[in-house]
Amino acid sequence: MIALEKRPQPSRGWTYATPILAVILTMICGGLLFAALGKNPFETIRTIFLDPLFSEFAFYYRPQLLIKGAPLVLIAIGLSFGFRAGIWNIGAEGQYIVGAICGAAVGLAFYPTESIFIFPLMVLAGAIGGFVWAMIPGVLRVKFGTNEILVSLMLVYVAEQLLASMALGALRNPEGMGFPGSRNLAQYDAASSWIDQSIGMHWGVVSAFIAVIFAYVALSRHIFGFHVRLAGQSPRAARFAGVNPGALILICMGLSGALAGLAGLFEVAGPAGQISIDFNIGYGFTAIIVAFLGRLHPIGILLAGGLMALTYIGGEIAQSNLGLPLAAIQMMQGMLLFFLLAVDVLTNYRVRFGQGKPA
Amino acid sequence: MNTPLLQLSGLTKAYPGVIANKNVSFDIERGEVHALLGENGAGKSTLVKTIYGLVEPDSGTMLLEGQPFIPGEPRAARAAGIAMVFQHFSLFDAMNVAENIALGMENPPPQREIAAQVRAMSDQYGLPLDPDRIVGELSAGERQRVEIIRCLLQDPKLLIMDEPTSVLTPQEVAILFETLRKLSAEGTAILYISHKLEEIRTLCDKATVLRMGEVVGTCDPRATSAREMAELMVGSTLHVPEKPERPAGDVVLTLHGLSAAAPHRFGTALKEINLEVREGEILGIGGVAGNGQDELVAALSGEMRVRAAMLHYKNRDIGRLSPNRRRKIGVLTAPEERIGHAAAPDMSLTENTVLTAATRQELTSRGFVHWAKARAFAEGVIGGFDVRTPGPDNAARSLSGGNLQKFVIGREVMQNPDVLVVNQPTWGVDAAAAAAIRQALLDLAAKGAAVIVISQDLDELMEIADRFAALNEGRLSAPRPAKGLTVEEIGLMLGGAHDMEVAHVAE
Repeated sequence: MIALEKRPQPSRGWTYATPILAVILTMICGGLLFAALGKNPFETIRTIFLDPLFSEFAFYYRPQLLIKGAPLVLIAIGLSFGFRAGIWNIGAEGQYIVGAICGAAVGLAFYPTESIFIFPLMVLAGAIGGFVWAMIPGVLRVKFGTNEILVSLMLVYVAEQLLASMALGALRNPEGMGFPGSRNLAQYDAASSWIDQSIGMHWGVVSAFIAVIFAYVALSRHIFGFHVRLAGQSPRAARFAGVNPGALILICMGLSGALAGLAGLFEVAGPAGQISIDFNIGYGFTAIIVAFLGRLHPIGILLAGGLMALTYIGGEIAQSNLGLPLAAIQMMQGMLLFFLLAVDVLTNYRVRFGQGKPA
Repeated sequence: MNTPLLQLSGLTKAYPGVIANKNVSFDIERGEVHALLGENGAGKSTLVKTIYGLVEPDSGTMLLEGQPFIPGEPRAARAAGIAMVFQHFSLFDAMNVAENIALGMENPPPQREIAAQVRAMSDQYGLPLDPDRIVGELSAGERQRVEIIRCLLQDPKLLIMDEPTSVLTPQEVAILFETLRKLSAEGTAILYISHKLEEIRTLCDKATVLRMGEVVGTCDPRATSAREMAELMVGSTLHVPEKPERPAGDVVLTLHGLSAAAPHRFGTALKEINLEVREGEILGIGGVAGNGQDELVAALSGEMRVRAAMLHYKNRDIGRLSPNRRRKIGVLTAPEERIGHAAAPDMSLTENTVLTAATRQELTSRGFVHWAKARAFAEGVIGGFDVRTPGPDNAARSLSGGNLQKFVIGREVMQNPDVLVVNQPTWGVDAAAAAAIRQALLDLAAKGAAVIVISQDLDELMEIADRFAALNEGRLSAPRPAKGLTVEEIGLMLGGAHDMEVAHVAE
């Protein structure tokens, strides 16, 4: 008989060990899956997890790691505050889009002026765009008690329609021969978020690292982080400690929205370059996985963002080189979250093997 | 028929790190009211859960009427004639009494039949209860009657009652005891778990005392003093709190016509509460749970704001200040619920210190928490209040109820409050810890603080309070000096404050 027994307090060791165990289990089960598809499991796993870093073409893939990882980390850091406090912003994708639109609109309005103030203004506009978009579910929740999960998620689809309309209408490139999509901001020096394109370094990467440090300090040293953690664990105790639940909802929603908006702005002004119909590729949703994979801990999120970016890039390599279907790679990414949640039980419970004796 | 109803022999149950029951053996006779005594964590709950089929013992046997008895689940125990009334009721507030009773049955008969059975039972055993009433509107005593009648409908041979009187008024206790005596006269055995030794002395035929999972003695409670039984439970001499005489000081806290709507559907509205609390006094507020205690505490702590001019601290209107602003000026609170309200279970004791002591102990500067300072304060509380834990880094949930309670009270007392409001300071706490907590409250008052103690334990209030008031349906009776109050007078204050108010208005 196998029995689960609740630990008197969470195991410190397992808190760190479970993500690693989950990755290993994913590799094993993913390998079995690939073998069942008739591929060599070892080669496939190596292609996905190691080739982006160590193959002969790694010089091309490594910058990609920063480009793909930065928005994931930036968004996930914002989400982690809300998730810790029990506030479920599922609509980061929408806030990411609106942040990109607002930031890009500011940049495009100044085209072709060159000034060092343009980019900071765009950053501000991007953050405000995401913030305002996140305030909609936030204020509705506080004022009318609506469910922020549903409202924030539905606003993603509204944002996608807004994006299409912008790409086809207001922000369309007047010199674009009627094709949808805005001017390329990456080629407009005053508005570009690139620092060094050859190594994948842009301001979004810098912001992601800054966000990690700020989040770490806030959660471990500041009373705000303490209140966030408290509100998530025991809402009543948080009230007793003087936390205003409505204010906390607005702060957490606003923070995650602003960071998602920033991520959108850095993306549109750099790697993506322009506002287009298919500008968003799901960073806002993947960031939810990254946040949980990283245990809602800033350092964990940094590592998880890297890992997630790795499987994206590795997955692309596996698709093109080994002919692996995209669905198989997505399944493996799903497995990662599944195993993480499953082995998570070990943090709070201990497994006991032994036969139950009849009384 | 000389075989006892239930024979327990050598029952042992171990959990990781703790042996809950160790070789427990005793017999329960037919029609006997058998008390099970012990401090918190002595293994009483594990033992009754074993009998009720919720816990499987590691070793040992049970014989029911001479036959081996191995209940794999509560259903089997119920089928064998064992019924249990839990300390926490499992009733649905939104349903009526008969519906709630039907929910607990394997094959419920039609509603009308159940209602008839409930009426018959309540007449037979003197338990007044209307089967058509909604449970959410019932008092705690009435809810307990629902649970008892639910059990009695199974025609049990053994009725287990876990701390049944903790939520009752003295009058309700009297009704309950009458019922239990009637049941026992008809041959139903009763296993009665309680902390209240005087009750056991009036009700029970026999008592078995558990300490650290082992049977340490049996006694005839009618022939043993409460003090002797308490010492048997604790295993050492008991320290009785001393109440020094002291002059009353100035009024520090004034409640003036304090009214507030019920915060949620099954909450209680506070109605026109007038009260003055003086420096150096302990004001005891009695009353049955659910009569506005939680709401009064919330109004005093600042979790629930009240309108202007209703609440004054030294001539300052504090009714709309936040909890932390009140803490800053010296008004502190310790709520009833330890886990999830007074403390966060998964956080360490150091972190739980920051929960209420951040403002007053200056544990933060510009929002940044001084963890070393917080840890030192937590260590001070642990040392000062004899909290049994390896250290301040342990999670609150790893502490036993009594130890966490000592921590929660200690955390507030050591912040030197001018006004301290505590709700149920010794609820579910063993005798030695309860005495320590009461002594701490007395010492605090002796230093000049005004202390409001809200409790359902009348003995406790009589022991430490200078003045006594009763809370009933959100109204507070006028406080009277605690010295010389009789049980009858208190009972009237608890149950009758409302009626008196109405009569007064009618004049």
